[in-house]
Amino acid sequence: MKYVDEYRDPALIANVAREIARAVDPGRHYRIMEVCGGHTHSIYRHGLLDVLPPNVELVHGPGCPVCVLPTGRVDDGLSIAEREGTILTCFGDVLRVPGTRGTPLEYKARGADIRMVYSPLDALRLAQEHPEKQVCFFAIGFETTAPSTALTILRARALGVTNFSVFSNHVTIVPAMRAILDSPGMLLDGFVGPGHVATISGCRPYEFVAREYGKPLVVAGFEPLDILQAILMLVRQLGAGEARVENEYARFVSWEGNRAAQAALETVFAPRPTFEWRGLGFIPESALELRPEFAMWDAERRFAVPGVRVTDPSAAQCGEVLTGALKPAQCRLFGKVCNPEQPVGALMVSSEGACAAHYRYAERAAEADPGRALESEPVRA
Amino acid sequence: MCLAIPGQVVELCEQPMLAKVDVGGVRRNVNVGLLEEPVVPGDWILIHVGFALGKIGEEAARDQLRMLQAMGEDELAMDEVRGYTFADEALSS
Repeated sequence: MKYVDEYRDPALIANVAREIARAVDPGRHYRIMEVCGGHTHSIYRHGLLDVLPPNVELVHGPGCPVCVLPTGRVDDGLSIAEREGTILTCFGDVLRVPGTRGTPLEYKARGADIRMVYSPLDALRLAQEHPEKQVCFFAIGFETTAPSTALTILRARALGVTNFSVFSNHVTIVPAMRAILDSPGMLLDGFVGPGHVATISGCRPYEFVAREYGKPLVVAGFEPLDILQAILMLVRQLGAGEARVENEYARFVSWEGNRAAQAALETVFAPRPTFEWRGLGFIPESALELRPEFAMWDAERRFAVPGVRVTDPSAAQCGEVLTGALKPAQCRLFGKVCNPEQPVGALMVSSEGACAAHYRYAERAAEADPGRALESEPVRA
Repeated sequence: MCLAIPGQVVELCEQPMLAKVDVGGVRRNVNVGLLEEPVVPGDWILIHVGFALGKIGEEAARDQLRMLQAMGEDELAMDEVRGYTFADEALSS
């Protein structure tokens, strides 16, 4: 139990924090994006922003599937639930995402047959149990989750279940990172790469960050020490003028990833020409749709979904927070108008969203310690 | 959303791609069809939405379980595992 003891030891955290402080150039400002929402959650929960030197700034990335789901897609999915004889299934996170006329939970309260499942296979089973109904699975998630949907569709085909379909909102992280790297005025110095996505994809797909953009990336686990260690590795690379992809999470992640899962993805899904991300806009080839040979299980081909585009409230500044231009608390809606109970913007919906994490942990910390006000956060030049 | 839950394989099921897994004392069948290599009883795996994503070491498994506790997500994880209904006995025959 070497790891367990080490990670529980606050002295070790202090040690790495000291090493980071030693490694940083005091005359330089470091902007590091943690891509994955799980990292964002861990960073806030464990108060890691407080142990970093003031010139090391963490920018919270787009790796939260619920947060980047545009309102129009929620509306499209809910239009399926409104059809006669249809059961719409989804993960618990999706139930709370607001569409134009309410959340899936509110639709359910108004009589729509919407059920929470823990696995896409549960939705497939529901279809087997209700051959007289259409059962649609509202699929969300990155490369971590998409292979499970793919294998469920392959199971449906093998079992000859034809009253089952998938409304795919699966997205891929690499095109989103590319969009961020290509955005005008991009100021990021390096990336903490996603951990669980990399169990499927491996580290290889991130090589472009170093090769094409000259930025270092370290794939990291979710323990406080994992994240700090990754930041130390990034700061050291930056200090040495290097840009490489490193793997801090080798106990779970290999360079090539899970090839069987990659093959399942490739068999069932193809990249969409373009897809809208909340806060980031349309990104080419950033999402997955079912290949034509699986049209029978594709909810979008089966039910004519409206495909309406719904613009986010213009007052919400999700995009600026997602690209790091603003801190969560600097958004004009943060807290009063937009909060986890009544989310307006996407980043407030899931606990992995930067705004929800900031609201939940930073606000509480500020209440407990009024001397550490939210306004005292470093503001980006 | 991206919960990755560690579990230990207890036995392989007759049905293809299914293995019975113990997660903190709760036993459920999960799908092992995404794994690159077959599992045997005693192996530790990382579970996500009913599927094994990869084999892991015992240390990493305990590490992950404690990470879920530290994140306040261990109950969520157990709810998820208890909630898998796709491979209940009724349908697995």
